[in-house]
Amino acid sequence: MKKTMFYDLHQKHGGKIVDFAGYKMPVQYSSIIAEHKAVRTSVGVFDVSHMGEVFIEGENALDFIQHISINDASVLYPGRVQYSAMCYEDGGIVDDLLVYKITDARYLLVVNASNLEKDVAWMRQNNSHGVQISDLSDSYSLLAVQGPDSRKVIEKVFGEEVDLEYYHFKMSAYHGTEVILSRTGYTGELGYELYFQGDQAMAEKFWNSLFRAGEEFGILPCGLGSRDSLRLEMGYCLYGNDIDHTTNPLDAGLAWITKLKKPSFIGRDAIMDIKANRSKRKLTPLLCEEKAFPRHGYEVVLNGRNIGYITSGTVSPVLEKGIALAYIDSEYAKEGNELNFLVRGKEVPVKVVKLPFIQK
Amino acid sequence: MDFPAELKYTKDHEWIRIEGNTGVIGITEYAQGELGDVVFVDINPSLSELKSGEIFGSIEAVKTVSDLYAPCSGKVLEINQNLNGSPDKVNTDPYGEGWMIKIEITSPSDLEGLLDSGTYAALTGN
Repeated sequence: MKKTMFYDLHQKHGGKIVDFAGYKMPVQYSSIIAEHKAVRTSVGVFDVSHMGEVFIEGENALDFIQHISINDASVLYPGRVQYSAMCYEDGGIVDDLLVYKITDARYLLVVNASNLEKDVAWMRQNNSHGVQISDLSDSYSLLAVQGPDSRKVIEKVFGEEVDLEYYHFKMSAYHGTEVILSRTGYTGELGYELYFQGDQAMAEKFWNSLFRAGEEFGILPCGLGSRDSLRLEMGYCLYGNDIDHTTNPLDAGLAWITKLKKPSFIGRDAIMDIKANRSKRKLTPLLCEEKAFPRHGYEVVLNGRNIGYITSGTVSPVLEKGIALAYIDSEYAKEGNELNFLVRGKEVPVKVVKLPFIQK
Repeated sequence: MDFPAELKYTKDHEWIRIEGNTGVIGITEYAQGELGDVVFVDINPSLSELKSGEIFGSIEAVKTVSDLYAPCSGKVLEINQNLNGSPDKVNTDPYGEGWMIKIEITSPSDLEGLLDSGTYAALTGN
């Protein structure tokens, strides 16, 4: 198991450590609900250094990225980030990712830790464009500073005004270490992701200065538990739960990043075909008004018949109600429909709603 | 970690406070820590009798769901209704306001199989 540069700090803060994607990571420190609420109302910090950082370099970098990803990276300019995905020929999803355009000949792809090896192998296998693919995941740390007070914390630490639009980034520095300062996140709040290479001493100094700057706002260290409940309140997909090689971007509600107008990319033909034949199932948001907890793998039923499965579920700390994403037969996925899910043999009513689950 | 000496414990992480022939049952500090934030305590309201080892309800925490097992047989006297509004009492006060069910012990011999505080602490690695 690998440890991030922040492992000692996690222990010091009372983090409950679990094995996740090959890393020893904190799932929570004080309480998942308290950490969740800190991000919704003030500010929280996540160590997400387990994420993969893969740099693509060369004069054909854009052509390569266009070939392997489903979104249209040609609209990017230096300083712009894009949410995208890579698909197999059959339209199944290899991974979802962020694409950072640094220069015309240099891009950063940020992928899921659990998929890193598979993703890099897939990129190399499809590198018909002669680009250089460098996996720098082990040398990059990544902190996500998220919440309505995050900008104030970042400005105090960097000593400069940070006026970044959503999904934009800039190169900055912390005491001589280059930092990619990105206005992105997985929470739905104002927030920043900070990528940097540095040793443990530098990483700890950086973390400590974020916490000193955030003290007046009640900043909390946040673990993987609240990261999951925060993303689910927004309806963001999680690879391995809501999307994987057996699901396609259209069924997953990712048509908005699937640019079929792009003349070619891996998986395009299959996705065109799925679109023409109408998808048979749809990732559907469900809300539960009863005292019940929807969880991954639970069945969705109607009149005693299975019509789908929950892929992600929790009790929303904001709504204090059960929320879930489920693949449902398309004919039942209409907003307002009343369905049931099975909690250990018992039917519990749920309603099809719209995303996000919480109003921002 | 706190495992009060006056309580008896099960290997499934319940405690029971025995006062005469009544018993008050909850889950241990170790158990609440492992579960994390408790969001619902679901005790079957139609239960009138418990059999030793029987499932009498479940706890839904953010991370996982866990069954509740009766430490001994008994007649149900009271279910802690306050947990409906404040399930977090299981986390913040597991041996006090976080109690779950009160029973009249009908088979005192069941109690012989329960663990004392030291044995239970050792079981949890404390």
